[in-house]
Amino acid sequence: MTIEELEQIQESVKAENAKYDYEVNVCMDLACASQGAEKLREALVKAVEASGKTVLVRRTGCMGPCSSGPLVRVDPEATLYHHVKSANAEAIVSSLGGEPVPELQCDLNEHFDKQVRVVLENAGNIDPEKIDDYISRDGYKALLTALIEMTPSGVIHRITESGLRGRGGGGYPTGLKWSTVAKAGGDMKYVVCNGDEGDPGAFMDRSVMEGDPHRVLEGMAIAAYAVGASKGFIYVRAEYPVAVARLTTAIREARRRGLLGSNIGGTTFSFDVEIRLGAGAFVCGEETALIASIEGRRGTPKPRPPYPAVSGLWGKPTLLNNVETYANIAPIMRNGGKWFANMGSERSKGTKVFALTGKITHTGLIEVPLGIKLWEIIEVIGGGVPGGHKLKAIQTGGPSGGCIPADMMGLGVSYDALMAAGSIMGSGGMIVMDDTSCMVNVARFFVEFCMTESCGKCIPCRAGTAQMYTLLTRICDGTGTMEDLELLEEICSTVKEASLCGLGQTAPNPVLSTLKYFRNEYIEHIVHKRCLAGVCNMQVPAEVLA
Amino acid sequence: MSAFVPPPLPSDDKRWKIVNGTMRKNGFARHALIETLHTVQSSFGYLDDDAIRFVAKSLRVPLSQAYGVVTFYHYFSLKPPGKHTVTICAGTACYIKGADKLVAAAEKRLGIVPGQTTQDSKISLMTARCVGACSRAPVMLCDNEVAGEVTAEAVLEQLERWAVE
Repeated sequence: MTIEELEQIQESVKAENAKYDYEVNVCMDLACASQGAEKLREALVKAVEASGKTVLVRRTGCMGPCSSGPLVRVDPEATLYHHVKSANAEAIVSSLGGEPVPELQCDLNEHFDKQVRVVLENAGNIDPEKIDDYISRDGYKALLTALIEMTPSGVIHRITESGLRGRGGGGYPTGLKWSTVAKAGGDMKYVVCNGDEGDPGAFMDRSVMEGDPHRVLEGMAIAAYAVGASKGFIYVRAEYPVAVARLTTAIREARRRGLLGSNIGGTTFSFDVEIRLGAGAFVCGEETALIASIEGRRGTPKPRPPYPAVSGLWGKPTLLNNVETYANIAPIMRNGGKWFANMGSERSKGTKVFALTGKITHTGLIEVPLGIKLWEIIEVIGGGVPGGHKLKAIQTGGPSGGCIPADMMGLGVSYDALMAAGSIMGSGGMIVMDDTSCMVNVARFFVEFCMTESCGKCIPCRAGTAQMYTLLTRICDGTGTMEDLELLEEICSTVKEASLCGLGQTAPNPVLSTLKYFRNEYIEHIVHKRCLAGVCNMQVPAEVLA
Repeated sequence: MSAFVPPPLPSDDKRWKIVNGTMRKNGFARHALIETLHTVQSSFGYLDDDAIRFVAKSLRVPLSQAYGVVTFYHYFSLKPPGKHTVTICAGTACYIKGADKLVAAAEKRLGIVPGQTTQDSKISLMTARCVGACSRAPVMLCDNEVAGEVTAEAVLEQLERWAVE
């Protein structure tokens, strides 16, 4: 496959699409699929056949505003329809060429206006199972251009220039990581993609793997060229069967087109990718644990150094990045490092995908330039808290993150600002909580998660999270004392300081951040035996208080 | 030293051939352990002693290590599932939207706790860490079919439909 051949495919897809007067794009992502998107697509195909119009009905990945699903977008007008049912198929098809169907039309301009799509540029526009659809939108061009026109160090220079930081949550500079692996010696190196997405309340990586799988493969191939690797693994959660199926198809198609395998683009560069299934262990998000799992072992972390960049998979230098990090690579290579660095804030460049969920009007997937204010995400993009309730907090970073209170909504979203506020960027879960959520209970929820997910290798995490859970349960039950609270804070600092890996080191974050901003709720539970949100069941009989 | 000969298949059940296929595809390498266990579970629904022994022997992995892997990962199950499985997502978005009430309703109706199967082997009750359908929380899976914005009534209705089958 040469660049000319890519362009030929691009032209032929364009010519093929030009045969149709209209394109009806149906979102088939999990949220829409769970509301009958497949039946809807079939109904649309039937209605098109019956109408005699030339219309392309396309299945696409996530369009974003899941709460409005099932979603259908009609091109070239870009008319967006929400809550579409199979029964609406005929009305939509017969409206083509005339006025749109008013009762299905939705105005989500405010929702989309503040968003910038880099990672999600193809989502909702391509059929994820068709490699030619991806190629038609400049897919694999960045890879072939890099192989033919650039040196590996040139590629690394561009990634460094972009200022891209790891999107898995840690925020480590991607260019620096790549150059460390590139410098490591040895003839065998690996490139690994973390698609385990264990953070509950987050589904960005699932949507990218399902909606635009080739983007991940292209990013990995470029990375492999840059660091000198010839073999890659994508570690995907077994809980994401559709992502596994789409990636399997994508790998097969890419091999068939000569975009994976030996001598890619007629060069001496060879690279192939295999899928490895995760099996449900949050700790496998930690890089050394993930590597152990790919090797077929229990996913327990190892002390670092040595870092995987020097000694990783089977002891070889290994580059490990998250799905979204790889998904950013092709656009950076195509548009330049400076283009990317122009987006975002001072030390957090580019855009970030968030899964906006919880007590918010428009739940779904959003992509925003970093530096955006939290209130813009909540009020403008998310449409605010529904049901007349009051915003209480935003939880970012999952079990490793924290809760940011409502009065800090002026905060700009960046790695450093979120860290300073006691939370972390994390992989992109953003859960909105209103006055019906009890922050002590939320802290207990996350600690229970970490306790269950602790691998048990180091004592601070294994025993510490269990003790934290016991104390938090007591406080939630109304049997906790002020001494318990003191002890809880002490254990939190021990677990944070002394745990072996990121899981334990960050497990206290949900507790510490809620103690920092919502200490009064802890006091209410302990002293007044009251849960103002009405979530906790108090075990203390009323007479004790009297 | 003589070449390694993999053990014979435990029975003439065709599913063992599928399991063997995964191991052969990976050259009977030790690192194929998790992949193979996935194949066993997707073929048989769970992992029993015979299966773990067979896989361990075939891949020349100590039985203790194979058992350690099986029990480390939540996805693997040592017990056969019921005819139907209802899985309630316990991810953060689902928790915020009251997934605990769904679990409580199912527990009360079935008389079992998550991870268990009813005595008549009809229904298994499970919870999931997160199925990634957070935008439609709370979410349940009925035999792997995702349903969003679920109420306790909807859970009970589903259980009722299965009960009268």
